[in-house]
Amino acid sequence: MIEKLPLATRSTLLMASTLVFGLVAYLMVLQKNTIESYFVTPVVMLFALHLFFATSWKVTRVAQIVVFVLVLVLGIPLIGFANSLYLQVVVTICIFAAMALGLNVVVGFAGLLDLGYAAFFAVGAYLWAIFGGSQANNFISGNLFPLNGNLVFLFIPIALFVAAVVGALLGLPVLKVKGDYLAIITLGLGEVIRVLANNLNKPINITNGSQGVRIAPNPENSPLAFITVPLSQATNIPFFQMQLTMYYVLILLVVIAVILFTTRLDNSRIGRAWVAMREDEVAAQAMGIPLVRTKLIAFATGASFAGAMGVLYAAVIGFISPNDFNFERSTQILAMVVLGGLGSIPGVIVGAAIVISLNQLVLVEISRVLQLINLPPRFDPTQYQQLIYGLILIAMMILRPKGLVPAVRQPAKLENLEHGELAKGVK
Amino acid sequence: MMLLNVNKARKVFGGLTAVNDVTFQVPEKSIISVIGPNGAGKTTFFNMITGIYKPTSGEIVFDGQNLIGLRPDEVTEKGIARTFQNIRLFGAMTTLENVLVGRHTRATTSFLDAILHNKNYKQDERAGLLRAKELLEFVGLLEKRDELAANLPYGEQRRLEIARALATNPKLILLDEPTAGMNPQETESTKHLIRRLRDEQGITVVLIEHDMRVVMTISDNVTVLDYGTKIAEGLPHEVRNNPQVIEAYLGRGAAAGEFGKTEGGEAA
Repeated sequence: MIEKLPLATRSTLLMASTLVFGLVAYLMVLQKNTIESYFVTPVVMLFALHLFFATSWKVTRVAQIVVFVLVLVLGIPLIGFANSLYLQVVVTICIFAAMALGLNVVVGFAGLLDLGYAAFFAVGAYLWAIFGGSQANNFISGNLFPLNGNLVFLFIPIALFVAAVVGALLGLPVLKVKGDYLAIITLGLGEVIRVLANNLNKPINITNGSQGVRIAPNPENSPLAFITVPLSQATNIPFFQMQLTMYYVLILLVVIAVILFTTRLDNSRIGRAWVAMREDEVAAQAMGIPLVRTKLIAFATGASFAGAMGVLYAAVIGFISPNDFNFERSTQILAMVVLGGLGSIPGVIVGAAIVISLNQLVLVEISRVLQLINLPPRFDPTQYQQLIYGLILIAMMILRPKGLVPAVRQPAKLENLEHGELAKGVK
Repeated sequence: MMLLNVNKARKVFGGLTAVNDVTFQVPEKSIISVIGPNGAGKTTFFNMITGIYKPTSGEIVFDGQNLIGLRPDEVTEKGIARTFQNIRLFGAMTTLENVLVGRHTRATTSFLDAILHNKNYKQDERAGLLRAKELLEFVGLLEKRDELAANLPYGEQRRLEIARALATNPKLILLDEPTAGMNPQETESTKHLIRRLRDEQGITVVLIEHDMRVVMTISDNVTVLDYGTKIAEGLPHEVRNNPQVIEAYLGRGAAAGEFGKTEGGEAA
């Protein structure tokens, strides 16, 4: 029905609807007494869903920009100031979306099934948690830690690099095997990193073992404190809410950068080599593509994104433990990629949004509704996350095997050449 | 001058000697055919040259460089390209992109260039597109450039494989049964295309082929393998009349019989 409307009408309707939903959602969140209402979360989610409509429907560029500004720049921060739960969820979605985009390079573009991806996330997260908190004092003398919070910006590129190196080191011995074998080996290596984190508390306490590492919250020494502290004093918004908003802006920028990087890689010699390798290794090698090197680049690229997001995750959450990086975490990120569509950049973001909001909003809300009828706690849907993921994945495989937003490669075109050159010989 | 020199190449799989001390020479700008009954070791021989298999013993020298121990991608970089007996295109990519993949070793875009979209990236992409356009014109697939390779008809897939191989800028191209499964018209146009490879692009061609009409009319020289051993070598008409070759194809009884005459009559 929507498809039949003329472009201009459709675009206008979309913009109007975004505005209306935004206003309603904001007013509902502002009303403290309606926070308990069962309608707030659905309305906020519908409001956010307009982002998806703006990208998947054919609407004018202006409408797309307006919707993005309304939702991402105005709506989410304003709603977040009123109720930080929603902002927390959005920040988590962004972190996982960026990571899933990294895994998408490995699994979607290059076709290498990696079941231990959370290991690289752990590398980044521990890097910041150890040095950004006071944990490093256990093995480096001089009481130098915690480091200045602003150094998180230095640790993002460091983690990018370290995770890429770890990815390459893990990849080097295993990338000669293919398919199922690769999946099993990566699963094992992923667990190795987690077990390492679990046990590196003696003889020298580096990771604090299974108890995890905490970064003590300290407004004075938090990233960008010189902006957030005065801003929160001036606006009367609590510091931690202000800081979360700052992280939101930061992580949104990182996600945009990751989208840009992966798109550009996809449309280059390297991306084409990845796809060729995925399609047919023998033929790809016969065309001059060095397999191990090309796979390593994919592996290290994916790992580096996870490393960078690990730093931000540790900074936002403030506490990490080995259990954050177990096999379930790896499958969760893989589920985002498969659910959204292997190799599809918008799909992977949608996948991350669905998995995280299902986890942190939808199931919680459903269980709240179910409490109305005094359902025994053992039927609480939040206890059945794994079952629900499994059911969704099975349904996806049957109904939409290529994912919610199937990948559409933007192939190279001769039209990219200037017209003069194109005219020569092309009818 | 010899472009490719294979000296006593041997490949043993367990108890089976797939290629048995084959010596084989390819002069520059020639078209050489390798023929033999099914299972004679022709494809294994190709796979040794291109680095998929490492020879058990023997030497392979291409353009003055030793090829033994090189990986297939390194062999490609030295200037040997190939096509496959059972077509192996990248089905999910377009015709144009298949050719661009072939340009991988000659392209210079690095990881950083791709992310930054710098001058090198732009020049390289442009050069790649221009070269791909040229090659697609050469094989007559320019109009089909934006179609997925998997959706092309069979004959066009074969031609695309040749265009993709040409994109690696080879000095020598190995064609594994380029006319297999083609109708007479397609075979004729492929034959024409192979001649043009040498005459217009200056590329040396070695082909494995079963269609004797193709072999006899376009080859400068024919090598015959049987059970991994080279049993004959020479000009097409010499090989055609070689009793050992006839025996290998048709069995001892037919060796002196009709085969050579009828085939010869048609081919001439």
